[in-house]
Amino acid sequence: MTGRRLLPCLLLASLLSSAAATPARAQALVADLTSHLVAITTGFTGTNVVLFGATDGNGDVIVVVRGPERDLIVRRKSKVAEVWINTRQVTFLGAPSYYSLASNRPLDEIAPPAVRQLHQIGLENIRLNTETSLSPEETTEFRTALMRNQTRAGLYLPTVRQVSFLGDRLFRTTIDFPANVPTGTYLVEVFLVRDKAVVSGQTTPLVISELGIDAEVHDFADHNALAYGLIAVAMAALAGWLASLPFRHA
Amino acid sequence: MDIYLPIAALSVDVFVLLGLGGAVGFLSGVFGVGGGFLLTPFLIFIGIPPAVAVASSANQLVGASVSGVIAHWRRGNVDFHMGAVLLIGGFAGSAFGVWLFGILRRLGQVELTVSISYVALLGTLGGLMLIESTRAILRQRRPGAGRRRLHQHMWIHGLPLKMRFRRSKLYISAIVPVGLGFLVGVLSAIMGIGGGFVMVPAMIYMLGMPTSMVPGTSLLQIIFVAANVTVLQAVGNGTVDAVLALTLLVGGVLGAQLGSRFGSKLRGEQLRALLAIMVLAVAVKLARDLGVRPEDLYSVVMVGAE
Repeated sequence: MTGRRLLPCLLLASLLSSAAATPARAQALVADLTSHLVAITTGFTGTNVVLFGATDGNGDVIVVVRGPERDLIVRRKSKVAEVWINTRQVTFLGAPSYYSLASNRPLDEIAPPAVRQLHQIGLENIRLNTETSLSPEETTEFRTALMRNQTRAGLYLPTVRQVSFLGDRLFRTTIDFPANVPTGTYLVEVFLVRDKAVVSGQTTPLVISELGIDAEVHDFADHNALAYGLIAVAMAALAGWLASLPFRHA
Repeated sequence: MDIYLPIAALSVDVFVLLGLGGAVGFLSGVFGVGGGFLLTPFLIFIGIPPAVAVASSANQLVGASVSGVIAHWRRGNVDFHMGAVLLIGGFAGSAFGVWLFGILRRLGQVELTVSISYVALLGTLGGLMLIESTRAILRQRRPGAGRRRLHQHMWIHGLPLKMRFRRSKLYISAIVPVGLGFLVGVLSAIMGIGGGFVMVPAMIYMLGMPTSMVPGTSLLQIIFVAANVTVLQAVGNGTVDAVLALTLLVGGVLGAQLGSRFGSKLRGEQLRALLAIMVLAVAVKLARDLGVRPEDLYSVVMVGAE
């Protein structure tokens, strides 16, 4: 191949690549979920959702999943007259009801503490407010207890899951949800990190909701408590009466 | 196979619930008591939140007692007049109990109150039953010793507002059954029990009702008290899980029929001694748990989802 022929080829190639790069720069990161709705039905025992996406080149990817915010009460027991009793309680306002994290490399190699703190990456960086002001020692004490309990319940995932790259631009990861996952709108945040700074981010919603008969029962119990109570009584009474029928002549 | 309980908001193996309902139904068939006092602690053992366990047990109790009352009514063993008087106290007591329960929930002391109430009640009851049945067994070995008087007169018989109860052949103060109904109503709301095991001995020894009338009349009043508790818990605390209650009922109904057949083959005193030992075992387990240092001193609960 001579130089005269090579030149147009190179030009074409560079043109093509810049043409490809221009829209990609506007969107350095794209990601989506295999499903935007997780339905909790009668046999629900937990599930997982796959997140996949592409970057416009090198860089690291961090995925943070946060459940709907809830007010959580943390109670401490102490021994009073030989019996363990709840003696102190602290309410955390707007704590995530679920939290999990994934990245392609160890976090401390990707992003410095300040960046992780800013974007609430990692359990230690979740911002929590208490209803009443506490001493720093007590805040730490109850915060640690909250993290430990939520982790044990499988609602805060303590380990960083793997984001795997296929080539240098396509990536995917799996988000796990336990059987006791709270319902509501989840936010899946994907960060693209280059040179220890977040250069792009995308937030995708994910809805987890009760569907079918269970959802209707729960909804009905919430909004028509009196009717629900009366129906619950009537159904139990009916069941009791039905049960006595086969033994009528006994 | 797991079943999702909408109010408890968790999945439980449906066979565990059917088995539990069946076992409690079997016991109630054998011993002729409601079995709620065993159901609630067992539901808590398998991880149902205490408030939901208490309220849903009351719900399942409605069905179990309807089934029981029908059986006794066919034999003419229900005193409706006495049942109505007991109910006046029962309604007041269950309303008071549900109100008290709501306060305890806000204070975060539901679990403790439920446990302590159970330890006190089951401990006392199991102890008394064990003593009584042991005596009865010993008396059988020495025939002729210690016969009971037909009517014992106590301070209770001096109270005003006397009423006549024809079926039970009684002329006593209405204050006693109303008070008894109130006490059982409170217990029902706080512990999710019908109170049959408090009611039955009290009807025999305090009111002096004929033994044949006692189970049917006690169950009759339990239907209404449990129904009242269920509705009040649903409205006031939102803790009634109808799916849980109905699943337990399915197992309970079958268990009760098997139990009553098995029970008729056993001797009364031995049966009562057996029940006493079981009741005491539950009391000891609950009491030990109160004093054992929890694995984690801290617990987390969502606001309004206890």
